[in-house]
Amino acid sequence: MTAIQILFILSAVVILGAAVMVVSTKNLVHAALYLVAALFGVAVLFALLDATFLTVVQVVVYIGAIAILFIFAIMLTRREMRDQGEQLNRGWGAAALIGLLTFGGLFMLLSSWRGFNGTAAALPSGFDGVVELGAALVSTDAFVLPFEVASVLLLAALIGAVYVAGTKK
Amino acid sequence: MIPLSWYLILAAALFSVGLFGVLARKNAIAILLGIELMLNAVNINLVAFWRYGSLASIAGQVFAIIVFAVAAAEVAVGLGLVISIYRRRNTVVADELDLMKW
Repeated sequence: MTAIQILFILSAVVILGAAVMVVSTKNLVHAALYLVAALFGVAVLFALLDATFLTVVQVVVYIGAIAILFIFAIMLTRREMRDQGEQLNRGWGAAALIGLLTFGGLFMLLSSWRGFNGTAAALPSGFDGVVELGAALVSTDAFVLPFEVASVLLLAALIGAVYVAGTKK
Repeated sequence: MIPLSWYLILAAALFSVGLFGVLARKNAIAILLGIELMLNAVNINLVAFWRYGSLASIAGQVFAIIVFAVAAAEVAVGLGLVISIYRRRNTVVADELDLMKW
């Protein structure tokens, strides 16, 4: 067992433990903080996968913006946050069954695939993932159109969110 | 070296936990938290397939970035809706939001 594998197992335990707490804890502020822990574990995985840019974006955008937005929304709807009653609905047993079936189905499907135990090739010398990614995002042969569409989507979501949540005089 | 299967199994487990959260939680914000977990599971898969597949095609990482953008948009609009509903109806419990139920 190498150090990388131990690091992977540690972050996997953190991710899954935090994820279970996100869906089961009663206090929503705690749920949002556990979500931060899970997102940080995913950032560690991105670093292990040599996706350096995505590691930074995961920390800056997910933890820095999205998780904070969640905490704001939880505090703005405070009465429910203090709700000490049951946080799961009546169908939670069926939901747990569906979750288990999804995991079992995905596991069976993936384990029957011949690339399941594949190993990664070493990074070629001089390979810079950030340069490749940046070039692909603005290259007309690659992904410039999805990139621009994503920016329009973000603008539309921004205006929509302000309109929906804003008070009307 | 870590085999690809470890990433895939972890992502499948994380997706299933998120799915449970979406289906079982009462609070609308908690449902959105579950969706975030599912989106992260998908991102792990996308990046793992990029790293273990062909490094030259960067599509896996570009897809993950698009998922980031969509997640940010979804959270902004979703939380805006939740806050708007809370102002009008004073609840964020998904079971009580049955205006459109006939």
